[in-house]
Amino acid sequence: MSTATADKDARTKSRKRPSAELPDKTLVGWLRDMMLIREFEIRTMQAYSNAKIGGFCHVYIGQEALAVGTIGSVNPDDPVITAYRDHGHALARGMDPGACMAEMYGKITGCAKGKGGSMHMFDKPNHLYGGHGIVGAQTPLGAGLAFAAKYEHEVMGKGGKKVALCYLGDGALNQGALHEAMNLAGLMGLPVIYIVENNGYSMGTSIGRGTTMSEDLTKKADAYGILGATIDGMDILNLYDHFKPIVDTCREESRPAFIDMKTYRYHGHSMSDPQKYRTKDEVEGVKQRDSIELLAAYLMDDRKAITEDDRKAIDKEVKAIVRDAMKFAEESPVPDVDAELYSDVYVNPSPGCSPIREYVKGAKNPLL
Amino acid sequence: MTAATTNGDRTIQFREALREAMTEEMRQDERIFLLGEEVAEYNGAYKVSQGMLDEFGPNRIIDSPISENGFAGLGIAAAMYGLRPIIEFMSWSFSLVAADQILNNAPKMLYMSGGQWGCPIVFRGNDGAGGQLGSTHSWCVEALFANVPGLKIAIPSDPYDAKGLLKTAIRDEDPVFFLESERMLSDKGHVPEEEYTVPFGKAALRREGSDCTLVSFGRPVHFCQEACDILEGDGITCDLLDMRTVRPLDSESIVESLKKTNRIVVVDQSWPFASVASEVISQVCEKAFDWLDAPPKRVNSDDVPAPYAKNLEAAFLPHAEKIVTTVRSIVR
Ligand SMILES: Cc1ncc(C[n+]2csc(CCOP(=O)(O)OP(=O)(O)O)c2C)c(N)n1
Ligand SMILES: [Mg+2]
Repeated sequence: MSTATADKDARTKSRKRPSAELPDKTLVGWLRDMMLIREFEIRTMQAYSNAKIGGFCHVYIGQEALAVGTIGSVNPDDPVITAYRDHGHALARGMDPGACMAEMYGKITGCAKGKGGSMHMFDKPNHLYGGHGIVGAQTPLGAGLAFAAKYEHEVMGKGGKKVALCYLGDGALNQGALHEAMNLAGLMGLPVIYIVENNGYSMGTSIGRGTTMSEDLTKKADAYGILGATIDGMDILNLYDHFKPIVDTCREESRPAFIDMKTYRYHGHSMSDPQKYRTKDEVEGVKQRDSIELLAAYLMDDRKAITEDDRKAIDKEVKAIVRDAMKFAEESPVPDVDAELYSDVYVNPSPGCSPIREYVKGAKNPLL
Repeated sequence: MTAATTNGDRTIQFREALREAMTEEMRQDERIFLLGEEVAEYNGAYKVSQGMLDEFGPNRIIDSPISENGFAGLGIAAAMYGLRPIIEFMSWSFSLVAADQILNNAPKMLYMSGGQWGCPIVFRGNDGAGGQLGSTHSWCVEALFANVPGLKIAIPSDPYDAKGLLKTAIRDEDPVFFLESERMLSDKGHVPEEEYTVPFGKAALRREGSDCTLVSFGRPVHFCQEACDILEGDGITCDLLDMRTVRPLDSESIVESLKKTNRIVVVDQSWPFASVASEVISQVCEKAFDWLDAPPKRVNSDDVPAPYAKNLEAAFLPHAEKIVTTVRSIVR
């Protein structure tokens, strides 16, 4: 951990834990969001097995606390961008579960009108600038979002001080794009937080086999002179305690950060992964510290904010939400080929752009 | 024009044919190594390199982190130095991250060094729509890359050619971009036990007919076969030329066929604007204009980013129905 963060830690420890000051309502909301994501993903896997969903599909089970806790630490209008394992971020940001599921079903009611699929969850009203399929591609974009927000505030005198969240997998640590982006962010003082969702594997490659200094990734932050920290991302309270002060610093002082956030994916990389690179014991071991169980236990036993019955009620609620989302996706129409294949290619299609056909204006995006 | 050998009855998968080509060449030439993401311990994301780590060990079958620009460039310099790298892109879609290395360095090194350093390297991986993978993951790079002098592009359509062309690619002194299709890796076909290679720049005549010449390569050859079956029901027969390599391009075989049929349709999975199909048609116009009885036509993927939705993707591809309609429009 870099000195900057260590100082910060010392300061936060002398005070009350930031999470202790959060109202019950917020924490129960987080529990609900995490349970919603898990239920959503269980049903996503089923729908994939039933061939309702196609393409590459990566579920978020195991990592729920990370998206919910980090997004819970920023403002609703702070820009967010992530990679392709993106359903959790979309839901945590407030995307309508129906639009999220319908996207994967390839329906016109999906967040990208069925044109993007699982890897491309975009939600403009909720300031989610997409899931991105090319490993590392979102990292310069993360710097760009911070640049624009800073520009808007400082040059145009509009908007408050914002901070951009840019998520990446541990596999993306080895893409040149990230290193260019981190240097730019450091150089220009951009308020972007790179959050490495370090689940230990990129496909079948454990982090130590693919990344140097994997035992202390904050050294990569040091190399670019930006704030670095390692945070346990399975315990959402701990996550918030350490992450929220960094958000505040980056926002106030307009500077970037790079966080190695430890997490774990319970399922395979995608829907077709035999997982020979890890043992069942390893997976079972991590599940002993399941993020949902940790938060639920805290809320029931320590805070006495909810009872076992309340938890059951939340479970019932999220199951109903996901059931409705599936029904909505199932019943929605597919995009009309004639109207949609050639729409959304240009905002302003000029004649002669294609030798085949003229581009058209399609249906309005359901989120707009 | 050459016809595929059909002696013997051994059939293997496309992916096995690729593996055999690499394995046999590696046994004979210790300069050859394979480098890419998940090629070793995972046995290949698509199981093309299955078992190769066991046979050749980690010095020659090498896992790379997700650093396309880095490992493509590493391979290029190793080729300059005297090795014979095979670089696997999990998908050609990801090669765009390495565009500078593969388009600036590999194909131009010989020219820039005034003939001192060539670049005998093979880049290989999946090309084209894999099945609802969306815009960034469904690239057909042939149109984009065929524009660049100094590189060769091979696009096999069956296991026999996959093996024979890959052997030729590995032995070639120039950089070869070898385009496979995830959708064909499990296809089975005849591959003889005995040693053979398939030369670059020699198309294969897959079907004979008299009304129209169909020119294609890679997966769309199968769309053409389907179209030919339908057209034969109407009494329309076609010559179907599988180009096997698009650079070099066997324009001689195309012209020879055209002189018989006087009509041509080129089927190409990349976008139409400045595509391989456009190039074929330009060459036909330049070399055999007087033999044309109808305007030359192309069938490409639709001129939009690859969509995710199943119905949109199905409509987007240069499928049999589009080919049939196009052929009918010029054969009366
Ligand atoms: C440039 C590029 N190369 C390769 C891939 C194929 N690919 C998709 S995900 C992935 C592994 C990424 O792992 P990580 O970044 O750790 O994210 P996780 O899946 O663990 O969330 C790979 C190799 C890709 N999408 N883009
Ligand atoms: Mg990972």
